[in-house]
Amino acid sequence: MKIVIASGKGGTGKTTVATNLAATIAGRGWTVTYVDCDAEAPNGHLFLHPRIEDTEAVDRRVPLVDPNLCLHCGACAELCRFNAILCLPTHTVIYAELCHSCGGCALVCPANAIREEARPMGRVSRGAAGPVRFVSGTLDVGEANSPPVVRAAKCAAPATQWTILDAPPGTSCPMIETVRDCDYVVLVTEPTPFGLHDLRLAIAVARSLGRPCGVVVNRARPEAGEARTLCAEEGVPLLAEIPEDIAIARAYARGRLAVECVDGLRALFENLYRSLETAGGVPAAGEPEGRP
Amino acid sequence: MNDKFPLYELVVLSGKGGTGKTSVTASLAVLSGGRAVFADCDVDAANLELVLGPTLRERASFSGGERAVVDPGRCTGCGRCVELCRFGAIEFAAGPDGRRVARIDPPACEGCGVCERLCAERAISMQPVDGGAWFVSDTRHGPLVHARLTPGLGNSGKLATQVRERARREARALGRPLVLVDGPPGVGCPVIATLTGASQVLAVTEPTPSGEHDLRRLLELCRHFRIPVWVCLNKGDLFPELAVRIEALAAEFDARCVGSIPFDPAVTAAQRAALATVEHGDGPAARALVELWGRLSPLLPGGRPPG
Repeated sequence: MKIVIASGKGGTGKTTVATNLAATIAGRGWTVTYVDCDAEAPNGHLFLHPRIEDTEAVDRRVPLVDPNLCLHCGACAELCRFNAILCLPTHTVIYAELCHSCGGCALVCPANAIREEARPMGRVSRGAAGPVRFVSGTLDVGEANSPPVVRAAKCAAPATQWTILDAPPGTSCPMIETVRDCDYVVLVTEPTPFGLHDLRLAIAVARSLGRPCGVVVNRARPEAGEARTLCAEEGVPLLAEIPEDIAIARAYARGRLAVECVDGLRALFENLYRSLETAGGVPAAGEPEGRP
Repeated sequence: MNDKFPLYELVVLSGKGGTGKTSVTASLAVLSGGRAVFADCDVDAANLELVLGPTLRERASFSGGERAVVDPGRCTGCGRCVELCRFGAIEFAAGPDGRRVARIDPPACEGCGVCERLCAERAISMQPVDGGAWFVSDTRHGPLVHARLTPGLGNSGKLATQVRERARREARALGRPLVLVDGPPGVGCPVIATLTGASQVLAVTEPTPSGEHDLRRLLELCRHFRIPVWVCLNKGDLFPELAVRIEALAAEFDARCVGSIPFDPAVTAAQRAALATVEHGDGPAARALVELWGRLSPLLPGGRPPG
């Protein structure tokens, strides 16, 4: 069962939900992996405090032109849709920062003058946080394109009964890359005009990708009624309401899991876990492996 | 006004999402008193318009690039494209007559055109995608350039660039010396598109471990692009021990701390009323924002020194 925790608006509590949910599921005896897919601002490690076992570089391939072989025919520049190649009469210039690593230039070069060179663009770390398996993708600062790091983090995740993917905010390519092949999307929102506006966008994305979704309202106040109305209008289940509570904020500020130190939160996440079990079906692997 | 008219571009960023970029930007927009044009570069979750109440004046569509489309009638199912696609966007499926044909997974398609170019049967064509639109609107405090990216599309950096360019053009046309930009979270493509060549970044952060962690990445990015940074702490009173750490981090990067806004429920109340915090009342957050502007204003073009 692969569950993505996403939002639309940033800072609504994705990481809080993802880390606490992973710990809750592990506490039920399932095997579970937490995957931090917010490669531009990965924060899960600040709350799970994993012991990192290995870190691998994520590379991207960029073309390198051999000036002795290049015919200056322009076939590569003509193919490149990202304006990453400029073919001049006497030399060919590569703009590596614009390259999307499609590999097309090397394929169409009639002189075999292009080879691809690996350049680091990020890293994926793996480890364990108690019973929770931990994977995190980090984009190198200065690199623009995070989806390949998200892909690498997803690929590095071990096969466990549950996988909890912590998505980047927004509705553009890194979020899509995280969501596109999951079983269920949990959309975390806050009951504010900004939160609800972006929740509608995120529901639209989940729909367009054919992924079932449900909503968790964070910092729910009496006004959370608006979120309930929105869910009813959109025909999306409201899975949980996390109260606005300074104790939760304090746990967050100390880098602790709320389920471990805030009254009532363990029960709340147990309920969320149960709704996900019914919403998405029980994991294929069947039974929990017994409490660790 | 011509292209030489000097513009000052102040970009509000954060690293971590939800630290209050848009609320701060909206209040600065109000306080800028007719000196600025506003741009919302958070194109996939644009919220500044929810506060500023725009009246639409101009709309332009945005090309989302192209995506591959397979003609199942021509496809022989040879699998060459499946092999060549670096983005895992092509798989096999059963065609109309049960034969094996290639099928594109549209959200995974990068639009590189390699499959189109190398298909021996010419069974693949590249089709344009609706990328969304950008808008120029009038608000009660000045013009706003904003956008809507088609949900699920890439190219957010390109759209952010177009929003900025249009905002600069608007500022020049009106003789307004300041462009105030509300930026996206993170440090990736749309953030880079929003900050390259800007005059100054205002980083809005919060005193939490994530706020601190992501601010460091943002400060590294700004150093990489040589853009000076001011740091503003939102909800700065909540966890004073973390606030101290953030001040130390800012100092490490020679970024000046220009203000601390206390936690104040009036910020959300203002948002509900579709008003900027400083328009809604004069509580602790509003007063801190006025103070912040008082400190920034003399440093911006057209600003008068205080007193």
